[in-house]
Amino acid sequence: MDFAFSEEQEMLRAAARSWLKAQYPADRMVSAADSERGWDPRSWQELDSLGWLDPGLGMLEYAVLAEEAGYALYAGPWWSTAALAAPVLGAMPDQPTTLAWAEPGTPDLRSAGRSSTMTATRAGEAWELTGSKLRVPDLAIADSVLVVAGAEGGSGIWQTQLPEHGVTPLSTMDTTRRLAGLRLDSAAATMVIEPGEASDVLVRVRRRSVALLSCEAVGIAQRALDLCSAHAKERIQFGRPIGSYQGVSHRVADVYTALQLSRSLAYWAAWAVDADAPDVDHAVTVAAVSAGEGAVRACESAIQVMGGIGFTWDHPVHRSYKRAQWIAAFDGTARSRRAEVAAALLD
Amino acid sequence: MDFRDTTDEAEFRARLRDWLAEALPADWAQRPPHVGHLPVEERRAWSHRLFEAGYVGLTWPTEYGGGGKPYTYQAIFLEETGRIGVPEHVGVIGLGMAGPTITIHGTDSQRKQHLGAILSGDTIFCQGFSEPGSGSDLASVSTRAELDGDSYVVNGQKVWSSWAHIADHCILLTRSDPAERGHRGLTYFLLDMHSPGVEVRPLRQITGDPEFNEIFLSDVRIPVEDVVDVPGNGWNVAMTTLLHERGTLGIALTSQLDGNMARLLETAKAIGVAGDPVVRDRIAGLYVELEGLRYTNFRSLTTLMKTGVPGPEGSVAKLCWSETNQRLTSFALELLGADAQLDGDGGFWTGFWQFQQLRSRGNTIEAGTSEVLRNIIAERLVGLPRSR
Repeated sequence: MDFAFSEEQEMLRAAARSWLKAQYPADRMVSAADSERGWDPRSWQELDSLGWLDPGLGMLEYAVLAEEAGYALYAGPWWSTAALAAPVLGAMPDQPTTLAWAEPGTPDLRSAGRSSTMTATRAGEAWELTGSKLRVPDLAIADSVLVVAGAEGGSGIWQTQLPEHGVTPLSTMDTTRRLAGLRLDSAAATMVIEPGEASDVLVRVRRRSVALLSCEAVGIAQRALDLCSAHAKERIQFGRPIGSYQGVSHRVADVYTALQLSRSLAYWAAWAVDADAPDVDHAVTVAAVSAGEGAVRACESAIQVMGGIGFTWDHPVHRSYKRAQWIAAFDGTARSRRAEVAAALLD
Repeated sequence: MDFRDTTDEAEFRARLRDWLAEALPADWAQRPPHVGHLPVEERRAWSHRLFEAGYVGLTWPTEYGGGGKPYTYQAIFLEETGRIGVPEHVGVIGLGMAGPTITIHGTDSQRKQHLGAILSGDTIFCQGFSEPGSGSDLASVSTRAELDGDSYVVNGQKVWSSWAHIADHCILLTRSDPAERGHRGLTYFLLDMHSPGVEVRPLRQITGDPEFNEIFLSDVRIPVEDVVDVPGNGWNVAMTTLLHERGTLGIALTSQLDGNMARLLETAKAIGVAGDPVVRDRIAGLYVELEGLRYTNFRSLTTLMKTGVPGPEGSVAKLCWSETNQRLTSFALELLGADAQLDGDGGFWTGFWQFQQLRSRGNTIEAGTSEVLRNIIAERLVGLPRSR
């Protein structure tokens, strides 16, 4: 039993952290979040040169990067590309790529492969896609999109360029990872996953994407903890730093405690995905409950401890808070995940 | 990173499972769990069997009768025994607190005298730290130790001393220099509980059990050879004891929680509420906490194996375990509904959950109150200013 990242993985973390701190400070994140497209496209080349798009990275390396990206609240399609697209394509693409799976009756990754109103039809040697998808992450800033669609023989996955019309950006609480609707009308597409094979692939997408979001949530909670503990050390009231009052310090201690548990579970989930462990689905589900709710609560405590300043638009903590809520709502809720845990224990 | 057993660990685990199947009664898994603690003589006998089979002190040095194995083996032992509710070794304070302290600070002759006997269960230790006036503020202890020739004369009162009524020795913290205050001027002894002037009065807990005691010390003579480390350095020695209390107990506590979780699942099924969505949601929430603790312990264990000492993260595990155990046992009582009052022959498992629920209220008080642990986390792990 060895529960530690390797020396190389720790070096990758240190490099990512120091780059993000120097080159992706809060004001750059904020200006990306408030920009029309929600990101700074130059950052893609920067991540590429740092090795974040390296096809040789394993799941534990992604876990480290996702945590650091969550801490800095990186706004851009790296997670979509690494966690949604890469497991479908079998390798990390070098351009921003996302995945469209959700439809009204099949909103989550594990049901999306069962049936689809998006249809794929043969047009000679090529394929054409027609239909709609809901809430596609990072769609408006992606280079291409992978689409789950039904064909003769069952659901498969196809790749297509973004249509000129048919991408409908949605107003989202978290503006650092936006969602958009997709409408395709006889769009030319290339088959990536054979009809009938989508479900198996989407199970792998679910594991990878939820595990990496749990790592990201750990980074968000750590940022919230750092923000509120720094404030609690400096802010003086009644002649003492407010962090010396137990009403404040015990709240911060609870954030720290919950974070330790979430961190352990998120790393375990990442390892389970990497090792294809027999209990991988359980690990991913448990980590998502703990890290998702933990990040939301950590941000709420940070807002409380920082008082009025944490409640302002100008303070960056609300950006983390909104991302935490994005993560908590991804592919299920804490409640639906606890139902899965209960089924494994009691049925 | 790798959570799988090595070949040797897997073999150890398999042998342990075989041994437990052999050593425990054949219907062990089907029996309702025992209410409260087993009688001392049964625990002593069980401790001896564990010792004979080589399962006690797995990580202790071989020269003192230990197994000399890495901490992972102790973790496997606790996982396997906690899951099925195997009785505890009778010498929990000796194994978890006195032993590691003697190994680190003791003299050769103290090690020879005590370590082997702790492992075999022949010597039971208790802890003499808290006093009526010194609880969380341990540095204020006032039990006096005065040097007189080649022994100390000790007078004072200790309290909340678990197992003192059956103990042979006591790790005793005293004030040897009345001119000093706080952390200085304290001396740490290995007191022979059979010495003249030692009186033990059991205290009944809210469970009805006399698990802990008051110890009255009246002109008790302790030979200077029984001082641990040097006179006046008692605070540092006591910190080693508490570090080990919180550090290595994390996995033991979590394995007990694992056992309680298994019983909670059984209870929910037995009384026909396993299909209730609210019950399912609550149980799953507790299970997530349990898994979080389990894997946090594994992370601490990796640190322990790299550095050799438990880190302050032990406070996190203790805090979280105690509150989760309270929630779990209270929820179990809630499941029993109107029968929650029936704690005898007419009750579910003859009052197992009632005992567990009442006992759990002590979890957030013993071994560092939750308030003290939150102070430790805030000040030492987060770096907030001191609250006093």
